[in-house]
Amino acid sequence: MDDNIVAISTALGVGAISIIRLSGKEVIKVTNSIFKGKDLETVGSHTINYGYIIDDDKEVIDEVLVSVMKSPKTYTKEDVVEINCHGGIATTNKILELILTKDVRLAEPGEFTKRAFLNGRMDLTESEAVMDLLESKTESARLLALSNLQGKMHKMIDGFRNSLKDLISAVEVNIDYPEYYDIEVVTTEKIKEQVNKMKSELKEIIKESKNTKVIKEGIDTLIIGRPNVGKSSILNQFLDEEKAIVTDIPGTTRDIVEGQVILNGVSLNIIDTAGIRNTEDKVEKIGVEKSLSLINQADLVIVVLNGSEKLTKEDQEILEKIKEKTAIIVINKNDLKQKIETEKLKDYILVSTNTNQIEGIKPLKEKIIELFELNQICQKDFTYFSNIRQLSKAKEAYQKLIDVEEGIKRNLPIDMIEIDLKACFDLLGEIIGKTYSEEILDHLFEKFCVGK
Amino acid sequence: MIKMKYEVIVVGGGHAGCEASLATSRKGHKTLLITGNINNIADMPCNPSIGGPAKGIVVREIDALGGEMGKCADKGAIQVKMLNTKKGPAVQALRAQEDKHIYPKEMLKTLKGQENLEIKESIVEHLIVENQKIKGVILETGEKISSDIVILTTGTYLKGSILVGDKKTPGGPHGEKESKFLSNDLRKLGFRILRLKTGTPPRIDKNSIDYEKTNLEPGDDKELTFSYQKKAYYDYKNQRDCHLIYTNETTHELIKEHLEESSMYGGHVEGVGPRYCPSIEDKVVRFSDKERHQLFLEPESNIKEDKDYGNTIYIQGFSTSMPEYVQEKMVHSLSGLEHAKILRYAYAIEYDAIDSKQLKQSLETKLVENLFTAGQINGTSGYEEAAGQGLIAGINAALKLEGKEPLILKRNEAYIGVLIDDLVTKGVKDPYRLLTSRAEYRLLLRHDNADMRLRDYGYQIGLIDEKTYQNFVEKRRQVKEVYEKLKKMRITPKKDINEYLENIGSSSLKDGISLYELLKRPEISIKNIKHFINLDYDNAILEQVEINTRYEGYIKKALKDAEKMLNLENKKIPENINYENIPNIASEARQKLLEIRPTTIGQASRISGVNPADISILMVYLRKNGSYE
Repeated sequence: MDDNIVAISTALGVGAISIIRLSGKEVIKVTNSIFKGKDLETVGSHTINYGYIIDDDKEVIDEVLVSVMKSPKTYTKEDVVEINCHGGIATTNKILELILTKDVRLAEPGEFTKRAFLNGRMDLTESEAVMDLLESKTESARLLALSNLQGKMHKMIDGFRNSLKDLISAVEVNIDYPEYYDIEVVTTEKIKEQVNKMKSELKEIIKESKNTKVIKEGIDTLIIGRPNVGKSSILNQFLDEEKAIVTDIPGTTRDIVEGQVILNGVSLNIIDTAGIRNTEDKVEKIGVEKSLSLINQADLVIVVLNGSEKLTKEDQEILEKIKEKTAIIVINKNDLKQKIETEKLKDYILVSTNTNQIEGIKPLKEKIIELFELNQICQKDFTYFSNIRQLSKAKEAYQKLIDVEEGIKRNLPIDMIEIDLKACFDLLGEIIGKTYSEEILDHLFEKFCVGK
Repeated sequence: MIKMKYEVIVVGGGHAGCEASLATSRKGHKTLLITGNINNIADMPCNPSIGGPAKGIVVREIDALGGEMGKCADKGAIQVKMLNTKKGPAVQALRAQEDKHIYPKEMLKTLKGQENLEIKESIVEHLIVENQKIKGVILETGEKISSDIVILTTGTYLKGSILVGDKKTPGGPHGEKESKFLSNDLRKLGFRILRLKTGTPPRIDKNSIDYEKTNLEPGDDKELTFSYQKKAYYDYKNQRDCHLIYTNETTHELIKEHLEESSMYGGHVEGVGPRYCPSIEDKVVRFSDKERHQLFLEPESNIKEDKDYGNTIYIQGFSTSMPEYVQEKMVHSLSGLEHAKILRYAYAIEYDAIDSKQLKQSLETKLVENLFTAGQINGTSGYEEAAGQGLIAGINAALKLEGKEPLILKRNEAYIGVLIDDLVTKGVKDPYRLLTSRAEYRLLLRHDNADMRLRDYGYQIGLIDEKTYQNFVEKRRQVKEVYEKLKKMRITPKKDINEYLENIGSSSLKDGISLYELLKRPEISIKNIKHFINLDYDNAILEQVEINTRYEGYIKKALKDAEKMLNLENKKIPENINYENIPNIASEARQKLLEIRPTTIGQASRISGVNPADISILMVYLRKNGSYE
């Protein structure tokens, strides 16, 4: 972990300035070698220094502010340098490329946070929250990440753990001190009651947490349909209105175009596909296969149909493919005489519009908001599991509670039931980074008066 | 002048010392057991019972490995109970009220009859150490005795001190002499010394109790034994009873009124007392809202002629360090004990112990080669915990003499393994007691399967004789045979079969199933299975099959968890690792790692203060240095 890493820390091309961040043992020396201004190796820690970045031929690339932060009071606990340059993809990239020739390698995604974690600057949940914060694309996601940092989720899990701790220590004291007749014997009835309550609360949170995937990562939206039904105009309208970032992946027109728009604070990651039609053309065929595989990955599929024509074989194939998916069927060109057989579409969510009109995609947008309950998301109190690791642990913990109930139903003895209670307790601990300790024992002796 | 050379010297004849000296001498090593008073060997100075949750399983483990406690406890039993029978197979445990006259007598007989073992009455005051290696001991008389190995099992005798009210008398229980200087020697050698405290309740005359006012606590109505020998020496139809009484408002008022006069609250105690064994003063103060505390009246011996225990009743739950006149009042405040005659007053006892983090898993000290310690000196409390450690220290001393690898029981193999791993990895703050909740895999560490877990080790080590081992091998074979029979034999949804199943509260069959599948139903016992197949086997064998089949799902889960733990246990940390060289480990973790020097990643991960992040850094470092893939 001694090597030097660099990355562009701000979203490329957005905003007035870009920040290039470096971390590692020699980053101050490296930056100094491309910097015209003060000698960065002698300046104090946590100073901002004005100057120029110059290339190997002493040509000025950009006018910059360089922050020098020396170990250990930095984000990664290593030496850190941040170069504030004047935005623009070309300039920022040029500086990055220059640095990459100087014994500094490109950081992997999340590597700064990983170093912060490994160097003991933050615990697991904290670092996950920071990672989320850094990666958050939208305001909602940022709020969610922040609420994690402030420990809302931590508090809630702690609450669950405390109820479990009470229950487990009560069972334990029955087992280790069997002849204490004044101590209440924990019955499976009592466990059932408590587990039931906890189960419904945990379930609610897990359900809500699925929304967090939507908040954090956005809705992967696939636009699909035959050529010339208006797919591109839908995309363009989205992009025009929402000032999205568009990246054209170079290639032919049949290639996939991606764009990102923000809808009610949630990111809609739009993938437009090549027209799907049966073809022997090799290049086109690749595009078609790709489209079909994308259907599986998408959170939302928007199928565009031409309302002025009858359903074609290709249309029906597409409809067949999306049967199990969350999908919206856009019946386009409703200004023309409608020939489409709507009775064949009665199992789908339909939107009828003309995308060539101004605001033509408004009904579609409304449908998406309704479908994903985006209005509600924005008003919610963000106390959810904000990453996959947490969510999967929570689901496992939930499963353990089901196992407890199952065990009780099967009339199993309490020492078996307790195995699942303990496993649940441990899983909840893992979510907030608390592992095995003497907690339960301490609790037991605090709560019960036992001993010879 | 250096006298006679022994291979092993065991210092102290308590429960740890007895097991240790028997283990080394049985393995053929010339052993000397030094004790302050030969008549107090294997004495039970505190409660008159052996076993109980977790502890009873330790006794079974000792027996499976070839130790003596189980056999001896069977000989001394006067009341026996299986506890937790309704709470599942993993937590069932045997507990016996012991005759405090018989148990030590039987143990002494065994020791005296043991080849290669000599017993000497004296107090050890110094250790002979050269180049960090033990060479022998020096007695209070100045006599030096040399040996290759020394095992310290000194109990409460290191600077032992008895406290009653504001009176503080140097010495051990039973008016024994304490060892004045040994702990100073240990301190000089670099051991961190802890001061611990424990206590014991008053004993009263069994003939001065109004039994009408007590509740009867009888033994189980069947014959039960600790040892796999299964020879019972008591008549289960004729067991001694225990009796239950309660403290009351008056008792509590008395205690509060005189609180400052107790050694503990009067500030006369330096040592840290056990959390799980609080004095009655502690109970009243800490749980002031409780209206009563229960007390058990337990007989100490059936042998009327015994001058110490012949007529005494032990008041379990009433340990105190109050002055004698307050104890009189306290005892007489109890219903049923209004006229009780106190034969021995309660006292607290303070003693020195070493920091168990300075031990290896083998119980050899890290500081002095060939010096082993076991029992209360390591910060534990309890006869069974002491005996378990004594046995392991004895076994590992012998293995060391033989140039073999030590026996280290893992946390998924034995409660003894949990105990020792806790001691060397976590250390103790107050006297350590085993509890079932300390074991992560207690479903694997059951009363019924101690032999299945440990007999092979006992045999390999040489503490289990051929005949005993062959009996065990036969048992294991029969268990397998029963499994196979149950898996092979199928029953179908015939009318009479379904009628039988419904009759016993089970549901009828829809398809044919094997008897093995049928036994998995919670309501089906092996007795019901016998309705379908002739199983002419010993109950212990059928019990194995029943438990392992019925709880198979849970057992599998436990095995899977244990396997995860073992993966980390298999990642060894080289002994010469330099923690200063590993960048980025948090300083608290670094300090703990330096102090404990764990031998595996698994052990390291159980140290409090070493976080998962430190473990990943440690693993990255080891991988980078080619320690493992």
